[in-house]
Amino acid sequence: MDTGTATPKRDAAPMDPATLSRHLCDVAERRDKAAFAELFRHFSPRLKSYLLRLGGSASGAEELVQETMVAVWRKADRYDPSKASASTWIFTIARNLRIDAYRRQKHPEIEADDPALAPEPDEAPDVAVGRGQDAARLTEALSRLSDADRSLLRMSFYDDLSHSTIADRLGLPLGTVKSRIRLAFGKLRTALAQPEDDI
Amino acid sequence: MLPTQHLSDALLIDYAAGTVSEGWSLAIATHLALCPACRNRVLAAEAIGGAMIEAIEPEPVSEDALAATLARIEADGESEPRRPAVPPADTLFPEPLRSYLANAGGIVWRRLSPSAQTFIIPTGDRSTTARLLKIAAGAAMPVHSHRGLELTLVLQGAFHDEGGTFARGDIEEANEEVEHQPIAMPGEDCICLAVTDAKLRFRGLPRLLQPFLGI
Ligand SMILES: [Zn+2]
Repeated sequence: MDTGTATPKRDAAPMDPATLSRHLCDVAERRDKAAFAELFRHFSPRLKSYLLRLGGSASGAEELVQETMVAVWRKADRYDPSKASASTWIFTIARNLRIDAYRRQKHPEIEADDPALAPEPDEAPDVAVGRGQDAARLTEALSRLSDADRSLLRMSFYDDLSHSTIADRLGLPLGTVKSRIRLAFGKLRTALAQPEDDI
Repeated sequence: MLPTQHLSDALLIDYAAGTVSEGWSLAIATHLALCPACRNRVLAAEAIGGAMIEAIEPEPVSEDALAATLARIEADGESEPRRPAVPPADTLFPEPLRSYLANAGGIVWRRLSPSAQTFIIPTGDRSTTARLLKIAAGAAMPVHSHRGLELTLVLQGAFHDEGGTFARGDIEEANEEVEHQPIAMPGEDCICLAVTDAKLRFRGLPRLLQPFLGI
């Protein structure tokens, strides 16, 4: 196994969503260790930063980064590029592992092949929302949100605060926080739903 | 019939970001199993998490992290086998709820009133109580109010209350201002998954009795 040393070191130059998604599919289909090493170089420093923000120690965060990347290797065949970008899928794995590690709880989820799962209607709206090619569009839409809206989302995703805790912290009525989240999320979904040449 | 009463955006974001505890997520995820529209909204909310991971300031990992991870992969053997798809006896309880009930060893109903029964579902979350409620067709639940949030997801039959009519897959988000009295629609017993973050206070039941009923 020489993939760990043979690939030259480079900085965490951002890779585009399509490349990341292709690497992940190569891991799933061909158990490709070089593709895995590329994913590791891109994601491990980002995951560590995310986990540190959520209150882990440096060594704890590093341990969880490794666990997350082991899970990426083992579960790669469940990645569906039509549903999520590689970043989004790997985010959900890290999220679930940190809930398990920091809170000793599970993050209950649907089972994709559960016969009780209500099937998608033929004309599903918003189907394309998570696709790799939309990741850039979402980043762009996030950057266009007001600072206040963006900070609400950061409090959810980076500070582990539920909307009711956010309301307490900001001293705002629950209804106000709920409607601000609804408006911010609505703007992002509108941006995602727009045809390509409208951005 | 697809659900018509959905999750609020605020709760969807909470679920996607992972900020709510297990009891709430159990009710949210079980609604998702029955609601393709909210599944798509969760994908959009999780994509925010993905975009934030992309935008975050990277924190260098130790030199040997990749080698250590590859060694763990070698040691752990091959990928996780998928759970064999055993068709469930019935589809009344979708995943993830079905597994929680199986882990509890099945449902043992306890009488709350002549027309209402309950079963507390064990979870890893001590900040919430998750329970099944069964209300006889046409009967009213005991009036109750709650200190915090209550999520009620209908699995069988239907009920109506001040918030509207709720059938299979519909979820009601009630806060502390609500004192409501759900009434089951006639025809079929109504079975719900109800999650609360404080003990429900039932009016009309002797307070001393409530601890013994575990409600
Ligand atoms: Zn829904």
